[in-house]
Amino acid sequence: MKPKGLKAGETVNLSVKIGRLTLQNPVMVASGTFGYGVEYSQLLDLNQLGAVVVKGIRLEPVRGNPTPRTVEVASGLINAIGLQGPGVDGFIKKYWPFLKGLKVPTIINIWGTTVEEYAEVARRFDALGGVGALELNVSCPNIKEGGAQFGTDLKLLSQVVAACRKVTELPLITKMSPNVVNIAPFAEAAEDAGSDALAITNSYPAMAIDIETRKPKLANITGGLTGPCIKPIAIKLVWEAAKAVKIPIIGMGGIQNAADAIEFMLAGATAVAVGTANFYAPQTPLQVIAGIREFMQRRGINDVREITGSVQTHQK
Amino acid sequence: MLEQTVQIVSNERDTDSYFRLVVRAPQIAPLIQPGQFAHVRVLPMKDALLRRPFSIFQVQNDTFSILYKTVGKGTEVLSRMRSGDELEVIAPLGHGFTIPKPDGETPLFVAGGYGMAAMYLLAQRSPQKGIVFVGGRKRVDILCEKEFQALGWDVRVTTEDGSHGEKGLVTQPLLAEVRSQKPEVRSQKLFACGPTGMLKAVGKIADELKIPAELSMDEHMCCGVGVCLTCVIPVKAGDGWEYQRTCTEGPVFDSRQIAWEVAK
Repeated sequence: MKPKGLKAGETVNLSVKIGRLTLQNPVMVASGTFGYGVEYSQLLDLNQLGAVVVKGIRLEPVRGNPTPRTVEVASGLINAIGLQGPGVDGFIKKYWPFLKGLKVPTIINIWGTTVEEYAEVARRFDALGGVGALELNVSCPNIKEGGAQFGTDLKLLSQVVAACRKVTELPLITKMSPNVVNIAPFAEAAEDAGSDALAITNSYPAMAIDIETRKPKLANITGGLTGPCIKPIAIKLVWEAAKAVKIPIIGMGGIQNAADAIEFMLAGATAVAVGTANFYAPQTPLQVIAGIREFMQRRGINDVREITGSVQTHQK
Repeated sequence: MLEQTVQIVSNERDTDSYFRLVVRAPQIAPLIQPGQFAHVRVLPMKDALLRRPFSIFQVQNDTFSILYKTVGKGTEVLSRMRSGDELEVIAPLGHGFTIPKPDGETPLFVAGGYGMAAMYLLAQRSPQKGIVFVGGRKRVDILCEKEFQALGWDVRVTTEDGSHGEKGLVTQPLLAEVRSQKPEVRSQKLFACGPTGMLKAVGKIADELKIPAELSMDEHMCCGVGVCLTCVIPVKAGDGWEYQRTCTEGPVFDSRQIAWEVAK
């Protein structure tokens, strides 16, 4: 590709592959921070992104948690939305006509409360046609059933991935829970069960309390922490998982600029996703793409894939 | 909606802890409808990242203004910003008020605290003059009284401590006014903006006396554009209810739509 503003002969390759899916650049958006794409279409050109990743969808509509659902904390945000959503049919009716018209792939984040439900949702989206990839949400901390219970149990994790693998050839991305002692065996389990890529990471279980009322600041009491405050811990997880698996990793957790994204790539990420920053600075994904390109030109890197995993951990 | 960096024209104290902020935004200003809001990012805040939503107060030529109260860190930092400083703004956002018709129901506004500012543009663009009932805890909480009077509106003030206007709650003179008209000839419509307790009371009056009412709902907000699903309120749907976004489906809702039995 020949990006805008590049001098003759100075082309850099930004494209990466997630399974058999080719992305024009490695920058996508994190599920739950970008709605269904259409909401941001007035503010930015979605066709510049690597991919659009939609909010988690299960078979039936989901009402979500009571309010307050989010609370701002130092350099971050705790949320407990509860995966409110329109269900598979509602999504297809309301949002798919817009998304299928995009030039960039749509990645559908799916979840369920049973292994069978994950597989059924996967089957439905496989049958829909035109979907770029499926992201298996096995790591939402804010729902009683489903979500993180699958991502923190090796056996259940393998079952979910294998069950989805059976019903679709779409690239499968497993969105990993950070809430494990060691991520390596979970990464390996997802890879062995047929996952084409890993998304690392989801939010960290967290809590905030109002000292005057002595009440939790979230109706759900606890929630998931995201934003710049989680970046260093997410980078460590990516680094550990990258040593354990061969499949590509999509790094995410507090990315605000290209430097943050490049850090994730150095740790081992093939692609990255901008999450919480979308809420306050919607141009961030596009700025990250431009910044990665600039970095590559400055450092004489021709192919973005050269950055992946190139952290120098050995002292010379 | 547009996302822009705008310059502060002025940012001055109104009364007590209330401030009036004017920004130059030539592309945004002409798009603004009564009841809509601006989502503002206060750049000097280092560890507080999120934007803050503010109802739009006035629109003049290429500027718009907001009237805000310093309630936390965000508004505190904002109140110290000066003419020439820059803010990041996404606006106009949300579904606003329906402008009254020249020959329609008499508009009765109900405002609590800085909710008054959010109704100014509606009064200005209303072809009919009406009554605005404004309430607050004390004298300093009664805002924009002169502006509404200058538009030819009848302003009825109540304060809880009786330091200005009638002593009591804003709903008392409102009820008296509504009841002064016989139900069979009654032709009034309520428009309200203020704290949730007040809105609930207005919704109840509207329901009991069968008067249409549009309420600007106040719920903690995060993204402002409909993706994060933070600012939801329960709204009637089918046989039950569902959560809808105050930033997108609202902030203004028909009071009959709201599922009050499950609302906070």
